[in-house]
Amino acid sequence: MASLGKLARRGGLYTLLGGFAFFSAFPFYWMVIATFKRDHDLFSPLNNPFLFNEPPTLDHLRLLFTETHFAGYLTNTLVVGLAVVAITLATAVPAAYALARWARGWGETLGIGIFLTYLVPPTILFIPLSRFASYFGLQESLWSLILVYPTFTIPFCTWLLMGFFKTIPKDIEEQAMIDGLSRFEAMTKVVFPLAVSGILTVVVFSFTLSMHEFIYALTFISVSAKKTVSIGVPTELVRGDVFQWGPLMAGALIASIPVAVVYTFFLDRFVAGFTMGAVK
Amino acid sequence: MTSPAVSPPSPETERAGILDREGTLAKLLIAPAVLYIVAMIGFPFVLAILYSLSSSTTGDPSLKIVGLRNFGAALSDPVFRIALRNTFLFTLLSQAIVIVLSRVLANALMKAFRGKWIVRFLIMLPWTAPISLGTIGWLWMYDSIFSPIDWVLRYLGALGSAAALFGPQTNLYWLGVPGLAIASVIIVNVWRILPLATVIQLGGLSSIPRDLIEAAEVDGATPWRRTLSITIPLTLPIVSIAFLFGIVFTFTDLVVVYVLTRGGPVHMTQVLSTWTFFKGIEGGDLAQGAAISLFMFPVLAVVAALILRMARRTEVV
Repeated sequence: MASLGKLARRGGLYTLLGGFAFFSAFPFYWMVIATFKRDHDLFSPLNNPFLFNEPPTLDHLRLLFTETHFAGYLTNTLVVGLAVVAITLATAVPAAYALARWARGWGETLGIGIFLTYLVPPTILFIPLSRFASYFGLQESLWSLILVYPTFTIPFCTWLLMGFFKTIPKDIEEQAMIDGLSRFEAMTKVVFPLAVSGILTVVVFSFTLSMHEFIYALTFISVSAKKTVSIGVPTELVRGDVFQWGPLMAGALIASIPVAVVYTFFLDRFVAGFTMGAVK
Repeated sequence: MTSPAVSPPSPETERAGILDREGTLAKLLIAPAVLYIVAMIGFPFVLAILYSLSSSTTGDPSLKIVGLRNFGAALSDPVFRIALRNTFLFTLLSQAIVIVLSRVLANALMKAFRGKWIVRFLIMLPWTAPISLGTIGWLWMYDSIFSPIDWVLRYLGALGSAAALFGPQTNLYWLGVPGLAIASVIIVNVWRILPLATVIQLGGLSSIPRDLIEAAEVDGATPWRRTLSITIPLTLPIVSIAFLFGIVFTFTDLVVVYVLTRGGPVHMTQVLSTWTFFKGIEGGDLAQGAAISLFMFPVLAVVAALILRMARRTEVV
C-alpha cells in the first residue's frame, strides 16, 4: 500500500513537471517543426500540425543562410557581444575590486547605488540615447550598440564581482606584497586570477544580455545588414506582409538554443547576484 | 645591532608610486565605471526629464521648455489611458499567476528525480533564450489560420461547427480580438517570467534549514502546519523579491507586445513602453515620448525602494 502511494506521488510529480516543461518548451518545439517542414505541409490547415505529413526538408535552412542576412545578423551579434564584454571587463573588474577592498561604509553605499542604476530601464533611456546616437553620427552603426549596452552590463557586473572579491581574503595579497609585489601587481597578478570564475560569469552574462537586447537595437538600427539577431529575425524575415514562417522559425531556433544552453549553466549565479545576495 | 636594510627606491617602485597610494588607486579603479554610469545613465535620465518638459521633436531637437504640457497632453489621450491601464493589468495579472505557479514548480524541482537537468533546461528556456525570438515562436502559435491551439480545439469539436463550444468559425483569431489579444500577451508574460521566479524561489526553499523541518516533524506537526508556520514565513522575503523583480521586468517590457500585436487590435494591447516607442521614435515626438516613459518612473522607484528594504532585512537575518 505504502509503495503504491509512493508510486502515485512519483507519477504526480512527473506529470506536474511534464506539464510545466511542455508549457515552457512548446514554442521551441514549434520552431523545430516549422524549420524542417515543407511549405506545402506547413500551410495546409487540415494537416496535423504536430507531425511531419510530408518528408522533412532542409529548404528553409538553405534559404535562411543564402537568401537572407541571417549570417550577417549572427556576425553583428558576435561583434557587439564581444566588444561589450571587453568594455564591461575593463570597467567593472577594477571598480568591483576597489569597492570590495577599500570600502567600508561608502563603498557599500556606492556599490548599492551602482546596482540601483540597473533598475533604470532602457524604456526610459532609449529616447534620450537615440539623440546621443544621432548627435554623434552613430545611427545605423554597431558602435551605438557597443557604447550603450554597457549601461546595463556594468552596474550588474560590478555588483556581482564585488561579491566575488569579498570572498578572497585580504591576507593573500598582503602576503604577496611582503613577498615583493607592488600594490598594483598584487591586485593584477594575485587577486584577479583567483576571481577567474567570477570574471567568467561576467563574460557570459554580458554577452548573453547583449544578445537578448531588443529596444536599443530596434531604435538605433534600421538598415537590414547592420541588425543583430534579436531584431533582425523578428523584423526582417518578412517579405512584404507575408511572414516567411519556415526560415523565420529556423532563425529563431538557431539563435536561441546555444545561448540558452550556456546561460542555463550560469543562471543560479546571475539570480543570486541580482537579488543582491538575498538568495543564496 | 644592524638596522633593517632599507632598499633604495628602485625606478620601478617609483613609477608604481601613485598606484601604491591606496586612496588614489581606489579612486582610479572606480572612476571608469562611475563615469560611464553618469554619462550614459545619469545624464540621459536628466535629459529624458528635460525632453518631457520641452517641445522637442526629432525634426527640431532643441530644448524649448514648455512646462508640464506634455504630461497633460498624454493624460488626455485615450490611447495613453489604455496603455497605462494595460501596463498595470498585464503586470499584476501575470505576476499573480507567476507567484502561484513558480511556488508549485519550485517545490517540485526541490525533489530528486531522474532527468532533472533536461527538465530544468526546458523549463528555463523562456528566460535563457532571447525574448524576441521566443515571442516569435508564440506569434506563429497564435497565427490566425495555422494556430495549433485552434487546430486542437477543432479536432476536439470545440471549434468550427455549428454546435461547437467556441462557435462555428474555424479560428479564434487570438491576436485579432481585443480580449483574446490581452490574454495572449499575459500568457507570454507569464511564460517569460516563470523561470526567473522559480529560480529565485528555489534559492529561498533550499536555504530553509532541514533540521527545522525535521524538528517540526518530530514534534508531530502536520505537513499543512509545517507549511504555514515554517515554510511560508521563512520564504516570504524570497517570494517578495521574486514578485518585485517580476514586476520590474514585466512593467518595462516592450518586446512581447511589440512582436505579438504592435499594440493592436486598434491600440487595445498598447502598453507604456510600446506607446513611448510609437510616439517618441516612430512618430518623432521626443517630448511626448519622454513624458509617456516617465510615467513608469514612480512605480519603479517604489519597487526599487522595496527591493532595497527586502535585501537589507534578509542580510541581517
